[in-house]
Amino acid sequence: MNDIIEGFTQAIQLIVTLNPEVMEIALRTLMISLTATLLASLVAIPLGWWIHFHEFSGKRAVITIIQTLYAVPTVLVGLFVFLLISSSGPLGMLGLLFTPAGMIIAQMLLIIPMMIGLTITAFSGVDRTVVDTITSLGATGYQSMITIIKEVRFAVFAAIILGFGRAISEVGAAMMIGGNIRGYTRVLTTSIALETSMGNLPLSIALGLILLAIALVITLMLNIVQQRSRA
Amino acid sequence: MIEISGLFRKVDDKVLVKDVSITIPDGMIFGIIGPSGSGKTTLMRMIDLLDNPTRGTIVINGTIATRDKKQQLELRRKMGMVFQKPIVLSTTVFENVSYGLRFRGVKGEELKSRVLEAIDLVGLSGYDERYAPTLSGGEMQRVAIARSMVTRPEVLLLDEPTANLDPASTEKIEELIRAINSRFGTTIIISTHDLDQGQRIAQRIAVVIGGMVTQAGTPEEVFHKPLNSEIAMFVGVENTIGGTVTKSEQGLATISVQGKEVEAVSTEEIGGRVFFSIHPDDITLHSGIRVEKNTTTARNCIVGTVSGITQSGPFVLVTLDCGFPLKVIVTRRSVEDLGILPGKEMQACFKASAVHVMKS
Repeated sequence: MNDIIEGFTQAIQLIVTLNPEVMEIALRTLMISLTATLLASLVAIPLGWWIHFHEFSGKRAVITIIQTLYAVPTVLVGLFVFLLISSSGPLGMLGLLFTPAGMIIAQMLLIIPMMIGLTITAFSGVDRTVVDTITSLGATGYQSMITIIKEVRFAVFAAIILGFGRAISEVGAAMMIGGNIRGYTRVLTTSIALETSMGNLPLSIALGLILLAIALVITLMLNIVQQRSRA
Repeated sequence: MIEISGLFRKVDDKVLVKDVSITIPDGMIFGIIGPSGSGKTTLMRMIDLLDNPTRGTIVINGTIATRDKKQQLELRRKMGMVFQKPIVLSTTVFENVSYGLRFRGVKGEELKSRVLEAIDLVGLSGYDERYAPTLSGGEMQRVAIARSMVTRPEVLLLDEPTANLDPASTEKIEELIRAINSRFGTTIIISTHDLDQGQRIAQRIAVVIGGMVTQAGTPEEVFHKPLNSEIAMFVGVENTIGGTVTKSEQGLATISVQGKEVEAVSTEEIGGRVFFSIHPDDITLHSGIRVEKNTTTARNCIVGTVSGITQSGPFVLVTLDCGFPLKVIVTRRSVEDLGILPGKEMQACFKASAVHVMKS
């Protein structure tokens, strides 16, 4: 019990004194996950729009596959990206293995299905007459997409926030693709896993608290977004 | 001018619009009336190029609409459409009205002045910063009209624009439609199942029943001289009665109905099964001394018993049982003067020219 209390005390000291190692890991984590979320949004939102507003054979099957991929284990995504970017893989020549860029790709692949699915759900709440109104006003396909996204901006933003939440909290793919290299690819989750196994509880707790704080911020943002969308 | 010919639309196995051909001249208020589900909306959507016809052509100001997306966009940008359900986007009135201009690349001061002008046009000055979804249904529909008019369209399509509105809002929208037409010369195509509205607003009307245009003409023609009994029943022509032609000479036909004879200006041949209608305004009621046929200009005088008396605004609708029901509109004063009471025997007289004969 004393170890835990002492661990918490030291963890808070590490945070309050802005311990360089803690801050460096936290900032890298944010940078990787924010970049992955931003890039995933650029892919998932237009794709979600396209899938929802176009009729094609196998549409239902595609949506089912996307929904199934919501729950794909992160280690499976890690394995897939590893096979893709390892030196013997098709993208091996890019040298992405054990780099932050490789981790960004893995996190993108992890969250894109969920973001597409949530975006489709957001668009399905749009009244057909709204779409017709926008078209009749003389919108091009691109203008129509942007206007409809604005119309369901809160639901789309919620999809982005949830995507970021899943990206920042995953550990399997980050470990396999990043390799947990100190000062280069070490992020909050991989660091907590390593430090705990090494018995460095104060550092693990400090990093865990930061991760919890980020989760808290995400939840608060989501609540605000949901309240605004109901207003 | 909009020229529609042989327009046909089928979805799965259901025919929604069948061989519609109509021409709508520039600057006209053209009404499309028909019961719910008759194909009015499908027709409007095809004119706005939102849906493609299965076959047939639409020519908008000399350009034949094709399936080319770019050409469709160009043509659609000359039109505006307001839908039955009042739809506003989740932003301010100003932003809502500005969309069409933004899509066309209009910016800055020009955008601002044109949007405010359109908001003023629909009588919503001062509402520009209001959050549009909080407005009433009538106000939302006026925003929708402003949003369509801001781009100064050559053609404005209004698909049942007052179907969900209260009478006061309906009146405002109708005034607005007339004002837009007279001020800007905009061609307006309005679909409605409200017959009175069609009569009040439109200069020409097409009756759509079962996906087909069954009659097109002036409101006078459609409402007083329907081409067939189906149209007569839809447009609510009173006294639509079926009978058989027993005599026909010199443009005068005698129609036998329930043992009574009705003379009508018609060239229908003997033995033909026909329907005819008589407008309740064109019938006079007489009590007491029987009016002899041929002693008045009315060639028809039929005896019947009063079976119903209903108030109809400032007038009274009297139903006479002549073997078939005959409705007559009289003034309240006439009810008192003639002593019209249920069960009283009376005589209904009308001219042969007041009888409109149509195919069954």
